[in-house]
Amino acid sequence: MKAIGKAGLLGLGLGLAFGIGMTSVAKDAVAWEPKKPVEFIIMAGKGGGADKAVRFLQSIIAKNKLSSKPFTPVNKPGGSGAEALVHVKNAADPDHTLMFTLNSFYTTPLRQPKLGIDISTFTPVGRMAEDTFLLWVHKDSGITNVDQFVAAAKKAGNKWIMAGTGKNSEDNILTDFLNKAYGLDMKYVPYKGGGRVAKELAGKNANSTVNNPSEQLGFYQAGKTVPIGAFTPTRLPLFKDAPTFRELGKDFVYFMQRTVVGAPGMSKDATAYYQGLFQKIFNSKGWQGYMKKKSLQGGFLTGDALMKYWLEQKEVQRGILRKMGAIK
Amino acid sequence: MEILSLLLNGFAIAFEPLNLTLIVVGCTVGLFIGAMPGLGSVNGVAILLPMTFLVPPTGAIIFLGAIYYGAMYGGAISSIMLGIPGASTAVATTFDGRPMALKGEADKALVAAATASFVGGSVGVVLFTLFAPPLAEIALTFGAPEIFALMLMAFATFIGLGGDDIPKTLFSIFIGLVFGAVGLDIVSGEPRLIFFDIPGFFHGINFLVLAIGIYGIAEMLWTIEISQGEVMISQATITVRRILRNLAELARTWKTMLMGSFLGYFVGILPAAGATPGSLMAYGFAKTTSREPETYGKGNVHGVVAPESANNAASTGAMLPMLTLGIPGSPTTAILLGGMVIWGLEPGPLVFTDHPDFVWGFIASLYVANLFALLINVGFIPAFIWVLRLPFSILAPIIFILCIVGGFVPTLDMHDVWLMLIFGVVGYLMRKLDYPMAPAVLAIVLGPLAEPALRQSLLISGGSFSIFFNRPFAGVIMVLALALLFMPLYPMIKNRLFKKSSENPD
Repeated sequence: MKAIGKAGLLGLGLGLAFGIGMTSVAKDAVAWEPKKPVEFIIMAGKGGGADKAVRFLQSIIAKNKLSSKPFTPVNKPGGSGAEALVHVKNAADPDHTLMFTLNSFYTTPLRQPKLGIDISTFTPVGRMAEDTFLLWVHKDSGITNVDQFVAAAKKAGNKWIMAGTGKNSEDNILTDFLNKAYGLDMKYVPYKGGGRVAKELAGKNANSTVNNPSEQLGFYQAGKTVPIGAFTPTRLPLFKDAPTFRELGKDFVYFMQRTVVGAPGMSKDATAYYQGLFQKIFNSKGWQGYMKKKSLQGGFLTGDALMKYWLEQKEVQRGILRKMGAIK
Repeated sequence: MEILSLLLNGFAIAFEPLNLTLIVVGCTVGLFIGAMPGLGSVNGVAILLPMTFLVPPTGAIIFLGAIYYGAMYGGAISSIMLGIPGASTAVATTFDGRPMALKGEADKALVAAATASFVGGSVGVVLFTLFAPPLAEIALTFGAPEIFALMLMAFATFIGLGGDDIPKTLFSIFIGLVFGAVGLDIVSGEPRLIFFDIPGFFHGINFLVLAIGIYGIAEMLWTIEISQGEVMISQATITVRRILRNLAELARTWKTMLMGSFLGYFVGILPAAGATPGSLMAYGFAKTTSREPETYGKGNVHGVVAPESANNAASTGAMLPMLTLGIPGSPTTAILLGGMVIWGLEPGPLVFTDHPDFVWGFIASLYVANLFALLINVGFIPAFIWVLRLPFSILAPIIFILCIVGGFVPTLDMHDVWLMLIFGVVGYLMRKLDYPMAPAVLAIVLGPLAEPALRQSLLISGGSFSIFFNRPFAGVIMVLALALLFMPLYPMIKNRLFKKSSENPD
């Protein structure tokens, strides 16, 4: 109980909530285990896609009693994740600090070099999924394929509204690609969060969006919106009628990583523990079901392979941001 | 009649022993979470979310819904008793609730808050039951222009809030707007106003940090100075006659209660608005339309009834976009939404047809939770009154600790605690210099909602302000907002004309 006493108020509340689970955990051969609640930083706000995923991971850990100590989600959405990155970089206790990341893991340090973040110093724990992007329009627009979309958007010129999540975000990158690839002049209007963006399309306050499947799924099932193109290498099982842009002759594939990152300086034993834990979670029925429902792609990556993936992705993002003129 | 049978079925679910227990426990826990300054329903629901993994989904959402409800009631308690808003939704309740307590009418204020909450919650849940699908369609069409028009209306209702000193009121509003602009600018994607490159400013200045600083710390310093540590409030003993007289007076506020309920509900169903602007607007409206606006801020019971009915109605309203659109109307519903995903339920336009047991069990539980929250709240009033009889030298340290905890919990960042203490000291000095603080608090709440909406609208229209007038909803709200904005000028103009005509009689 000493360890719980030390943890902050929130940790205490969670500790009590998990009290039942704590006593029944079997001590197996694993040498290292968390000695206090684990701070699980989310580099986005409450209620967004990343936040929902972390709370879902938390529920898998709790339900299957995978850890003797609770995982405490802490939202640090400030400055496109800048606040979260700085916090984790300077973590007082790297063995108990994890972060759930988006693509801002690459783009924020590139765009704000003043923060002094080098992502190669962070500890690679596990890539849990890659989220996908599709091009969406409202069903009432009558548009059913990319050709019709291009014709309509050309005609409307800069009156064609593309809603997205913040300037220079993933959505903005995809919009720029479409504008360039098809010679369009769509106007990009930023909103806070993908859910809000999806709603703007369903409410006809925007002409198109590039939402993740999970954000538009509800409106799609209700027959309000339709996907007409996918930014993936192959068609998504949930949206078989939406061709990939590769099929349409434009080679553009774009993913959003959903990765668990450890603080720089995490000990070897702790790293091994978290890598094993998230591998277990990835293979669990709960997570596999979640991935299928949210149309998430990608296998589990960890260790050196994950680090290699980060460094490759960072260069890809650098190239895209340069082309956009967001960085030099 | 189909709705009635679905609702009855829902009641059967809500009255299952486990669910009923969860409602009672949730309301009680929520009441105290809401009463703790800074904790509020958002953090209460977030902290207790993991507990719901143990019960079935319907029980889980009923439990969290009951906490949300209880917290809405509880928020008023510290607003009235200590002058510190228990949650952002209860800020407007401090404006008249605290002066009532200082006049020795804490019992009356608490009963008024509880009753108004009950009325607001009831109106909200009935509207929810009857009109959920069509209202969801309206909420869906609300875009940036409508939201900006609504925020402008909220500002307009508050023009008279600062009293007579217009330069000082404007100063206070601008301070609030600047603080509200700190953090990430969504439209440009750049961080702004990061003072001294301190990373804590990246998440912006949380409204609660300012509100607890001003209303908690500054108020505490002020009270220490004037009370010298003695008992602050002389509370008359509660007699049957006093209760009856209070209830009779309360009955005369029914119009304000209904106004607050409907206004709160409609603001609440708009995505991204939530209960805080709803309660502030209800207060402003009650004051603007009152025959004796000068009594507001000095302990007018209408000033408690209006925001309290509105915030409960709005919290029910915020459930609507959450359930039917999958879009949270407030931060608390954002967490509830996360919970629903964990429990394997997909909120969205199909939730009513796909999971009728869940939806109607939840709606019915809101009726039950509303009643229980009222009873539990009223039951605790004597205990709350007892607290007020403590000498301030005992109360002050308790308030101080509550403020520190309240400043820390929302972000778990000491940066916010230091900032809150600075705001407290500066707020105390500004109070000594007679600066009104309410406009700053209002601006830090509404500014971050209004600014992106304005810029998004102008982006869509290519810079033309006509977008606010050529859309039906936005146009109507905008005209109302402008009328409200210029209403305080009307007597001035009239006086001048009258003077002129009396000077030149012909």
